[in-house]
Amino acid sequence: MTRREIRNTILAVIAFAILPWLPFLKDSGYLMSLAIPIAMYTVLATSWALFSGPTHYISLATAAFYGVGAYVVAGGIGVVPYAVLVLLAGVAGAILAALVGLATLRLSGVYFVIFTLGLAEMVRQLVTWVQNNFTGSRGLYVLTDITERIIYWELLVLAALVYLIGWIVNRSRLGFAMRIIGNDELVAAHVGIHSARAKVILFVISGIFAAVVGAVMAPRFTYIEPSLAFSPELSFQVVIMALLGGVHRLWGPLVGVIPFTLLWEVIAASFPTQTVLLLGVAFLLIVYFIPQGVVGLIESLMRRAGIGRGSGDG
Amino acid sequence: MAEKKVLLDVQSLGKQFGGLRAVDGVSFMVREHEVMGLIGPNGSGKTTMMNMISGALKPTDGDIYLEDRLISQRSAREIATAGVARTFQLVRLLPSLSVVENVMAGAVFGHKRLWGRELEKYAVRQLERVGLAQAIHRPVSTLTYIDEKRVELARALASDPVILLLDEWLAGLNVTEMQTGIALVRSLRDDGRTIIVVEHVMDAIRSLCDRCVVMSSGAKIAEGTPEEALSNSEVVRAYLGDANA
Repeated sequence: MTRREIRNTILAVIAFAILPWLPFLKDSGYLMSLAIPIAMYTVLATSWALFSGPTHYISLATAAFYGVGAYVVAGGIGVVPYAVLVLLAGVAGAILAALVGLATLRLSGVYFVIFTLGLAEMVRQLVTWVQNNFTGSRGLYVLTDITERIIYWELLVLAALVYLIGWIVNRSRLGFAMRIIGNDELVAAHVGIHSARAKVILFVISGIFAAVVGAVMAPRFTYIEPSLAFSPELSFQVVIMALLGGVHRLWGPLVGVIPFTLLWEVIAASFPTQTVLLLGVAFLLIVYFIPQGVVGLIESLMRRAGIGRGSGDG
Repeated sequence: MAEKKVLLDVQSLGKQFGGLRAVDGVSFMVREHEVMGLIGPNGSGKTTMMNMISGALKPTDGDIYLEDRLISQRSAREIATAGVARTFQLVRLLPSLSVVENVMAGAVFGHKRLWGRELEKYAVRQLERVGLAQAIHRPVSTLTYIDEKRVELARALASDPVILLLDEWLAGLNVTEMQTGIALVRSLRDDGRTIIVVEHVMDAIRSLCDRCVVMSSGAKIAEGTPEEALSNSEVVRAYLGDANA
């Protein structure tokens, strides 16, 4: 391990040792209402960046996976144990991601973006249609005895998992293949890399995480309807947070998630009707001014000042 | 002398781009430890030929056999894995990877499959082989043009290819670099590598190639030792026009 990796591992261990105790603080209710979205977006943005960082394919399908996960729970709660439903959500996310990946990852970037945006909308319309025609209701109740703090702990476990898997992938042949594909897909083919397979595997990993997050969050809403579960806003927020932090490091998205989630609390409270507009403006500003994300910006400033030592993974 | 083993057998290969017949019924063989030159004027179909052998393009008709295996309709990835490595006319390095990582890329997924410490040591040896041991951890953006070419060559060598395709590897080098470059490719030949070179530089062709195939307007017009091929009257006509024939 390099010195950077040892430092990051120590920081991660400390963070994951402290964070589970937060719900035991006095008056932790408000803290939880901030910590849950932060943990949720950390998992979503980090798993999104696992795929989109190296490939530069901007996926707007997060809401599709998230919604499918939430609906698996909503549809099966009371019939099947909750833990099984969370696993099933992961399986559903994997299947959807594999199908979408096989169908679209041969497309060039722009078509892929549009397809993933359309996918979330299509699944939403499909679920709405099924509900209108067969169940006679617009949404589903998710009534459980799962509390906020349990949801928070579940999200922490997912966050630890996403970092662990990301770390393993980055050190594996698959991660090396993804870096080569991101640099030059033609060279990748000529050194024997199966690009389509590598991309589908990572897309499936990120799809599983988004679906499981949807399943974990479902009990928090108690009532689930398509416009909530498949909200395109969620997909855009994940992209913005990941890009804001930076997708070239595993912990990059986290740097975007924390300030953005806090800022969003303020914006949603002060300008409840203009949130989507502000989201668009934020997107433009980030892509235009800090295309490498905050982490990339800091690193290039450090390099210019002669402090950093080249690049590596971690 | 016993006949050497045929490694690559190209049989009446053709490529059609819409109305243009870029390569038309070209056949030749490449034997073990041989350096074969693919030469001809601009637009004669040499690079299309290289692209078909490496799988970047699929031939419209004809067959290619690598060590008796039919590879002509296979993908670039499968052909690379079968043992064909190439460099590109315009150097294609991986800009966000270091020099040694660029070379490692050649020895993980295809014909050679290494990983871990062994892989890095092996990649360093390839860099030493092409005379670039001092630049191992540099970013590729800091390299000179000939060193970029060396990295690409090292990456191709790293796969331990059955056949190495060098597409105008010497192009763009200055006079001194050219001599270094020719010596380097010749040293690969002395190692027993089997190589197909596309070249314009006559000095390089004469000093490197055991045999040449000359192409013009997509067809093979001559084949033989460099002396035979270059003195062929049709070849002279293709290069210089009728007045000089």
